[in-house]
This record gives sequence, C-alpha cells and structure tokens, in this order.
Amino acid sequence: MSDKKPLSSVNDFVVRFANVNGSGSASANEMFARAILRHGVPVSPRNIFPSNIQGLPTWYEVRVTEDGHLGARGGVDMMVAMNPQTWDKDVAGIEPGGYLFYDSTKPMPSTKFRDDITVIGVPLTAITNSTYTDPRQRQLFKNIIYLGALSALLDMDPKLIEQLIGEQYKGKEKLLSSNVHALHLGRDWALQNLKCPLGLRIKKSDKVGDRIFIEGNSAAALGAVYGGATVCAWYPITPSSSVAEAFTAHCKKYRHDPETGKAKYAIVQGEDELASIGIVIGASWNGARAFTATSGPGISLMTEFIGLSYFAEIPAVIMNIQRAGPSTGMPTRTQQCDIIACAYASHGDTKHVLLFPEDPAEAFEFAAAAFDLAERLQTTIFLMLDLDIGMNHRLCRPLKWDDSKQYDRGKVMTAEMLEQGRDFGRYLDVDGDGIPYRTYPGTHPTKGSYFTRGTSRDRYARYSEEGSVYADNMQRLVRKFETAQDLVPRPLQANAERPTRYGVIYFGSTSPAMDEAIGLLEARGHQLDRLRIRAFPFHSSVASFLAEHDFVYVVEQNRDSQLRQLIVNENGIDPVRLVPIVHYDGTPITARYIAKAIGDHQDHLKVTPLRKAVS
Amino acid sequence: MTYIAKPKFHHPGLKKNELGYTHRDYEGKISTLCAGCGHDSITASIIEACYELSIEPHRVAKISGIGCSSKTPDYFLGNSHGFNTVHGRMPSVLTGANLANRDLIYLGVSGDGDSASIGFGQFAHSIRRGVNMTYIVENNGVYGLTKGQFSATADRGSKSKKGVTNTDNAIDLVAIALQLGATFVARSFSGDKTQLVPLIAAAIGHKGASFIDVISPCIAFNNHAGSTKSFDYVREHNDAVNRLDVLVGRDPIAVDYAPGTVQVVEQHDGSKIALRKIDADYDPHDRLGAQTFLARHAAKGQIVTGLLYVDPDADDLHTHLNTVETPLNTLEADRLCPGSAALDKFNASLR
Repeated sequence: MSDKKPLSSVNDFVVRFANVNGSGSASANEMFARAILRHGVPVSPRNIFPSNIQGLPTWYEVRVTEDGHLGARGGVDMMVAMNPQTWDKDVAGIEPGGYLFYDSTKPMPSTKFRDDITVIGVPLTAITNSTYTDPRQRQLFKNIIYLGALSALLDMDPKLIEQLIGEQYKGKEKLLSSNVHALHLGRDWALQNLKCPLGLRIKKSDKVGDRIFIEGNSAAALGAVYGGATVCAWYPITPSSSVAEAFTAHCKKYRHDPETGKAKYAIVQGEDELASIGIVIGASWNGARAFTATSGPGISLMTEFIGLSYFAEIPAVIMNIQRAGPSTGMPTRTQQCDIIACAYASHGDTKHVLLFPEDPAEAFEFAAAAFDLAERLQTTIFLMLDLDIGMNHRLCRPLKWDDSKQYDRGKVMTAEMLEQGRDFGRYLDVDGDGIPYRTYPGTHPTKGSYFTRGTSRDRYARYSEEGSVYADNMQRLVRKFETAQDLVPRPLQANAERPTRYGVIYFGSTSPAMDEAIGLLEARGHQLDRLRIRAFPFHSSVASFLAEHDFVYVVEQNRDSQLRQLIVNENGIDPVRLVPIVHYDGTPITARYIAKAIGDHQDHLKVTPLRKAVS
Repeated sequence: MTYIAKPKFHHPGLKKNELGYTHRDYEGKISTLCAGCGHDSITASIIEACYELSIEPHRVAKISGIGCSSKTPDYFLGNSHGFNTVHGRMPSVLTGANLANRDLIYLGVSGDGDSASIGFGQFAHSIRRGVNMTYIVENNGVYGLTKGQFSATADRGSKSKKGVTNTDNAIDLVAIALQLGATFVARSFSGDKTQLVPLIAAAIGHKGASFIDVISPCIAFNNHAGSTKSFDYVREHNDAVNRLDVLVGRDPIAVDYAPGTVQVVEQHDGSKIALRKIDADYDPHDRLGAQTFLARHAAKGQIVTGLLYVDPDADDLHTHLNTVETPLNTLEADRLCPGSAALDKFNASLR
C-alpha cells in the first residue's frame, strides 16, 4: 500500500508512542526503551506530557541511536498511535516511508491513512477483550501486548524484555507471569499475522558500555546526599518535585543511623516556596547544608529571600528545574528561560552563581559541588537544570565519587579560633577574596556572636546607614563574585578541525543536540569552535573565546537569548558579534534545528560581505 | 539596633544566677524604640525569664521578622546570635535553624503585622509542625514603623490615631494557635511583668511549639481612646485565668502559693510550672475548653490572659521527623556520604 520504499534502518530510528495519560502506558513505553538498552544499543527517550492527570494526550519518544546521539532528533519513523484524539496530527508527523502502528480492532476509513507510510494494524482491543474481563486489566495489558508486538516487528530479543519484567515484579510472581503472558500474546500475534521484522530493526550491539540510564532530578538529588545536604525544604511544582521525592528515597536508603534507625536528615514539605527557602536559609545560617528544589514560579516567590541570602551572606542551594514560562506558561514543557531571573534575582544590585550541568552525571557532580560552593562563598548557588534533563532518562557516564573528599565548610571561625584572639568581624575581608568569616550560633559564650540582618551594617555587623559603609560592603560583594569565577566549573572548549573565525556557545541540556549539530554543519562545510558554558560568573576564558572569533552563535532554549544578554552585560561585548540561535516551543532543541539555523546564517555570510551582513 | 553603646560597667555586687551570670549578661543593646513602648517591657521580661532559668545566653538563637517588635532581639541576650529575617518569614527561618541544631533554644519574636498579616501562613505552619520554639508576638494592633496603619489583630470598631474606624474582623492569634495544635498557648500583657516572666520561662522550658501573644500598646500610634490595644483598655478588660511562678527542676525556689490551690505542671526539661488558679473551673489541659473559654470572654469584650493551654507531654518536629539526637549541623562526610562503593552499586542498578 505504500508508494515509497519503507524506511530501513538498524539501530537508528525514532519511535513515538501516542497515548492518553492515565492509561498506564508509561511503564510499558519505558520498558521498551530499557529493552533496547539491554540490547547494547543507546537510546534517548523523552516524555512529552500535558499538565493534567488523566485524559489528555501524552507522547513518549524513543530515539534509538547506535551512534549515541542523545539529543532529540526531530521527526518520527514509527508512530504507535494509541490516541484517537491526536490521530491526524500523529499520522501527519510520520517521516515519508515510515510506519504507523495502530489498534485495528475498529476499521478506519482509508482517508485516515497515508500512502507513503507502512500501516501495521494489530487488533489490540479485541485481543485484550478476549483475554481479560477486568476493565483495568484490559487497559493495562493492552500496553504490554503492543510492546510484545513491537518486539517482534523490530526483531527484539523477548528474553531481554522478560528479564526486565522479572526485575520490575521481583517477588510478585502473579504480576510477573501475567505480564510475560501479555507480552507473548502480542508477540505471537505479530509473528503469526504480520511480516516480521520490519525495515526498522534492533540488532545487539556494545555501544552502551558502562553508561547508566537515569533521570537528572534523581541524579541531582543523589548529588545532594553525597554533597552532605541534611535539610531539604520544598514545595511541589512540576518539573522539580521529583528532586525532593528522589532525595527522600535516597535518604531512606543511605541516611539512617544503623544503630538507632534515626534519620540523619530532615525533609519538610513547606507550605509554599517562601517557607521552603526560608527553612533553607535558617538551616544554612545555623551551619547545616540545606537546599530546595523548585521551578521558575517558585524562584519568583523566593526572590526576597534570595536577596537576603546575597546581602546577609548565608549559604543556600536552589535546584531550579526550568520549564516554559512566564507565569504558568507551559508547566510540563522544557526551556532554559530562568537565566536572567536567577542571575540577578531579587531587588537591588545582586549577582548569583549559576551552574549548568549538561546531563545527569554532571547534575550529580554539580549538585554535590553546590554545597561546597554555597558554604565557601556564603551565598545562593543555583543548579540550573531543566525539564528535558530533569524528568527524562538519559544515558550518561557512571556517577563517580572520591572517598577522600571532605566537605569544604568555608570560612567558619570556631570557638578555639576565637579563644586564640582572632579578630572576628562578620563582614571583614581578611583574605582579600571578598569572603568573610562567619560563626555558627552557640559557638562561644562571649565572643563571635553577631546580628544577621538584611539591612546595611558595617564590617562588624553593626547596623549602619552610612553610605560609605554600604558601598564598601557592596564592593566587597563584587570581589567575592570575582573570586567565584575560579571556583565554579570552567567552560569546556572544543575546536573545529580547521581554524575558523566562527564559534558557538551553548550550555546545559542543549549539549547532546549541539554535539550532533556540529557533525551536520561540518557536512555542510561549516567549521565552528565551540564553548560549553558550565557556570556563571563567566570564567575569563569566555572573554578570550569571544575575542578569538568574529562571530559567536549563542544557542539556547528561550525567546530572548538570555545567556547572550548575560554575556553581553557581563563582558561589555558588542552584541552584534553574538548571534542568537533560539528555540522555545517547549520541546527540546534538536540537532537538525541548530544545524539549519546556524548553517543558513553561515551560508548567508559566505555570499555577503561580512560588514554588510551585520550592518 | 542602636547608635549608642551601652555602658559596660555595672555594680560589682549584682546578684548572680546558678551559672554565675548577672542580669546584665542577658541584656543587649540600648533600645531605639519609643520611650514607653510596650515592647521594651517584653524585652525586660525575656531578660528576666532567661536569668531566672539560668540559660547560657549564647545557647539561644533569637530570630525575628521585620517591624518594631522584630528589632527587639537586638536589645536582649547580646551574646546570642540574632537574625532579623524578612517581613513575616521568621517562622520558616526559625524552623530551618531548629532543624540544623536541635540543641539550641529558639526564641522567635514577631509582631501582629508580621505574624497575623504577611506572615499568617508561616505562623500557622510553624505551629502545626510543632517546632520546638518560644514564639512571642508583640501585639499592638498597628503598623508602627510605617506610622499607624491597622494590622490584622486590630479589633473591628476600634479607632486609629487618625480617627478611622476599623471595619475588618480581627484575627485572634491565640484562638488560631489553639486550633492549630500549639502545645503551649498563653496571652499576656506587656504591662504585667509578674504574669509575663513566668509565662516566658515556662514556654522556653516547654518542648514543642509555645506561643505567647503579648498585648503591647504602641504608645505612638495605638494608645488613644477608641483603641482596644491601649494601656488603659487592656487594664480595664484584662481577665487573668491563672498566675504562674516558675520552679526550676534542679533547684526549686519557694513560691508564694496557698496549698491546695496550686497545680504543678512538669515540663520536659525538668522545670515545673505552678499555676495559681484564680478561676476554679479553668483547666489548662483542655484544648477545647480553652477555645470556648476564650471565645466566651471575647464576646464579652474581655481579654483573657494567662496560660490558656499546655500539653506537658508534647513532642516536636524533630520527634515527628525521627531525626538523630546529634545536631545535623555537626555531621560531616564520614557520617553523611554513602561513599563510592554504594555509588558503584547504584550505578549497577541503572543499567
């Protein structure tokens, strides 16, 4: 029925599942992705879900990628169309030559199909209805049945899927056997009634290596455990809630005193974001490592306290899992849109440290490091994740920890130091790095106490409204921020094969798409040096990179090119030399998008004299 | 919060408490509040209570929000760490501080604007969580620092200094605290140090959320005819349910009480509160009774003061969270970090 040759590819294609949320499809779809991983083939899945619980469309996309491209690719090679609501759009989105898998229990008019795709009908409802009487079972097992059918169509090893089911339902024999049965119902039907396998196939490989498959939020939460966080205060908000939930789970596993069974942590679900950051600041003021996890609207609510943290110099760690804004925006869609809001959060002159991990492995490392930085710098540290990393499973290098590592508690004056007669002035810059010493409450009966406040004070924490005293303090805070430059993760630079006048800057979840885009651009004849920014304040190498290139593209996932704004603002650079490449529809940026946007601009530069092109 | 340093010299014969501290060791900077401010009387009562209890001053963390009341922690316990946070948000900061180090004494000082308006939510949630703290609201029914606007505790029908009549209903923080499960609830009057000092001492000794609402007239903006938070009004309408004295567990002090009319309540730290009952029917262990009693007297225009409710077996947030006895802020990597071997296992589970 197709007038175009069906797509043929081994270990390199995109399957998208269109479902209705609340139908129980998520675990079957995730099992599909994991099963491919067990074949040794890298996958990059993305969950695209609505901001409700039941009834609206949801999609789960699995990019099968032997070459290891973990960014979103764009386009769909095989659509598993299980949602009548989105049928037309789903069918239209299939690549020419692609495949449509659907429930053929009810006949569909021919107008609902396309001539240039291969249609695969499996009577899923009929199979489930003839096998199960319970409505919920019918719904749930339908998902496993289509998983079984797909395993036959894509030539997957059923034993690997059975193994996964076994792990999932360990100790629950009844569930285990019934799921395996459902899997084979679908598989057997496909083998008996369809041409298996298709052009799209899974072949065992060894490209996964020792990499792990984990969500960024879970990795960040574990980073907080390893980083020594003992207090977590949070308020539910998508897409950050799973950070606190994962932290709770990790703490239950790792943080109970073996003798007493008591918890070496405290987790409070605050009444709102204001209380959550307040608890963090109170705990940090008192010497505990504390954090909160939130998203953009939460940051908005926290800004008054963030200003207090900055000015009163109290450590705080905020994990900001960004979503599309402003306001409620698209709460279940991804963006990198809180850069400016976080960099300059609160009123008055403020600057905050931002960390931009590219994947769960870095989310783990940066989360742990954030607590050292917060205490060293005595200020708020933002871990800037986004939904794309936070709530999707990513293949990444294994998490690593150096057991010799001790926590950097920063400049804390102890009772012994006070006894020795060390001059304690809470806001004295004794080392010239802008970082003063602090004492914990209860340290000494007569020395080292001070009054913390958000109002202006002198170097000895005495209230003062003197302009010169205020300015002196503000200048020291600038020195402290300069010190931070050398403490935060440095940018990573990778140069093109040949010398080039063009560069590209990117950060965070854009990373895998950027890596792939570089290859696509090279194929079009464009060479670009690249710099992945990993933190704000910007290291001096950012300024060097800008100086070394005529034009630098800044790729980011927001409308106003916020990182570019920050670079221009902090480096005093001519904005014309920074070309914004932005993507902000709420889906993850793709290699194809980046390559086209930069490639088109580069092509334009080739035919137009440089100065005219930018004038 | 003052420009004037307090003189350091004092009479060498000043009386010392059990730990050898004099009254002066519990003082702070000179107050910059208006002369005659009720808040200064509360400060004096806090100093007195801490002296009586022989508390180590530096083992107290005093935390406040923003406003006249929230300035006062600078005026007592000068060797303690203090924290002026942001408006209405003292309770969350105190909660975090308490979670970090359960061994300190936490004194939260707030005002009626701070706690009943902008911080109403935080007040409520810190109480319902049972944070081990003494939460004092210095309640004058008015925004003093911004010159006289009504707060949410201003009674309906009361008048501002400018003659404006308040048409909004008042929030009674004591009634709310009772409803939210505070395990120590009291009301007092800044001008009644005899009642207030033992109340503060008892609240400090109480394990759990202690709340004291102290009517504290603002002499600049709310001490006029028509105000229901003025000195005169409160004196005329005060109805004390009980009088208290403090008996410190280790070394009970003699108190003036009539045998058979005193009810002793033992607290977790071993200290005891002796209730000298005025109203024979009043039972401070009956939460529902306290709520009814309060409402009945409020309807009659009476301000009920004294210890309205106490649960001597109360527990606190640390109990609810089952946290270790060691303060969390003292735990280091050797006790917190699961280490690389655990991480290797974790990695293996993700393949």
